[in-house]
Amino acid sequence: MSTEALFDLNAAGIAYIVSAILFILGLKRLGSPATARNGNRLSALAMLLAVLATVISNDIASWEWILVGVIIGSGIGAYSARKVQMTSMPQLVAIFNGLGGATSAVVAAGELIRLIDLDELIPQDVSVTIMASVIVGGATLTGSLIAYGKLQGVVPTRPLLLPIRNVINIFLLLSMIASAAWFVIDPSISTFLAAAIIAVALGILIVIPIGGADMPVVIALLNSYSGIAGAATGFVLGNNILIIAGSLVGASGLILTRIMTKAMNRSLMNVMLGGFGVEDGATGTVGDDERPVTSILPEDAAMMLAYAQSVIFVPGYGLAVAQAQHQVRELADLLKLKGITVRYAIHPVAGRMPGHMNVLLAEANVPYDELKDLDEINGEFRSTDVAVVIGANDVTNPSARSDKSSPIYGMPILNVDEAQSVIMMKRSMSSGFAGVQNELFFLEKTQMLFGDAKNSVEKIVSEIKDL
Amino acid sequence: MFDLETLIVALTVFVLAIFIGYEVITKVPPTLHTPLMSGSNAISGIVIVGALLVASKADGLISQILGAIAVGLAMINVVGGFMVTDRMLKMFKRSDGNNS
Repeated sequence: MSTEALFDLNAAGIAYIVSAILFILGLKRLGSPATARNGNRLSALAMLLAVLATVISNDIASWEWILVGVIIGSGIGAYSARKVQMTSMPQLVAIFNGLGGATSAVVAAGELIRLIDLDELIPQDVSVTIMASVIVGGATLTGSLIAYGKLQGVVPTRPLLLPIRNVINIFLLLSMIASAAWFVIDPSISTFLAAAIIAVALGILIVIPIGGADMPVVIALLNSYSGIAGAATGFVLGNNILIIAGSLVGASGLILTRIMTKAMNRSLMNVMLGGFGVEDGATGTVGDDERPVTSILPEDAAMMLAYAQSVIFVPGYGLAVAQAQHQVRELADLLKLKGITVRYAIHPVAGRMPGHMNVLLAEANVPYDELKDLDEINGEFRSTDVAVVIGANDVTNPSARSDKSSPIYGMPILNVDEAQSVIMMKRSMSSGFAGVQNELFFLEKTQMLFGDAKNSVEKIVSEIKDL
Repeated sequence: MFDLETLIVALTVFVLAIFIGYEVITKVPPTLHTPLMSGSNAISGIVIVGALLVASKADGLISQILGAIAVGLAMINVVGGFMVTDRMLKMFKRSDGNNS
């Protein structure tokens, strides 16, 4: 082999190394909110450097097409980054994941056509990586689009279960492997397209049966795939910066996937097999529970809060849906003025993607040092006067600790039931995504405050102001 | 294109990068997991380099168009990903009002 290829220390090679270092430092700076913004800029700089190095070191035949791509792409990217609402962040990330996958697939297709045009024999390591890149990329694209559809409510969020779906999936998987193998032995456009089309179909079929509540796991996993697809493209082109950046993203997605499945006490297999959860968080078979609950009015809640010494807010996605985060922050500010300790307990799966709730609260100017994660806050409920649960449900259900027959048994929960008293803000008695009745509702210390969260919190705020 | 030995080198880089990624990313606090996802998403836009390589070598009309599409898709990811991450990170503030 030529040592040239190995130690190709030209200007571009050096620029790629610097770029890789900057990506790693950028991610390292995401280790704290104080340095994170700077870290993101370092990563952006790394990208710019890699792009410039590529443009300068390659003779670019025609600028026009590339320029068109750059202008349209940047325009769409900038527009969506500015316009997206924080509640819709999971949808945006899902779409971006899909585009990442699509890019890898298109690059693989372009490289294949170029090689075929050259009329040379395509070596097997190249055809293997072309396949890897188009299969992972294609499946990531359609899987992400379905995930987007479910998050946006365009595709039904309930698990769609075809009766013989496993048979269909295995058949498709085998045909995909067959066409991929055929392609590797004898590369041609037709076998390439066959494998690509099956990968695209599999992406849809794999995500369709997964319930809406499991979408955070799916997005994290697809995030990882978009990175892996990029790394595979790096193998196709023999380009290290693609391999490095792609694997960093792949690792990140996998770690987040594991955190999510752990927080739900589920295995990845269990999530992927789908079928978990009742449709759209609506009442399951448990809706006819006739045990009594204590219900209170916003005025009562205001009194409870105003005379407390410590309060923990437990926000869930319901808070974001009701757009109540600004009112909650206003309430927290009022309580703090009265000398009451206020904190927020954030469950890892609160919201629609990892860390979603933190972003929503940050948008409402809640300081990040008041947001506590599960391990930090769980010991504190015991010494807390009032826990206010807003739009969260399953993550507070004590039966996850005690009831072995419960579908959510073993899931780490926030120990809200240990607080002196609990205010549960909810629209109705319906169960959460898991379709399980929440035992917390029926405790003596729990007061249910029914109604729209935003409305209720607004009323509590004005009551406290009048006290 | 490249032979077995270069493939091994590429695999080595791949494996080492995964280890670095694991070490660095496990240290990101849960509160930053959404910006981590959108930011790493932008980083996966590094396929822009691949898109540029393909586009620059393209001579037929089909591969030129494919190159342009790939560049466009990757740019959405890169520009959109970094911008939206910055927008989010800007909002994270401490109790004393500073974000540092």
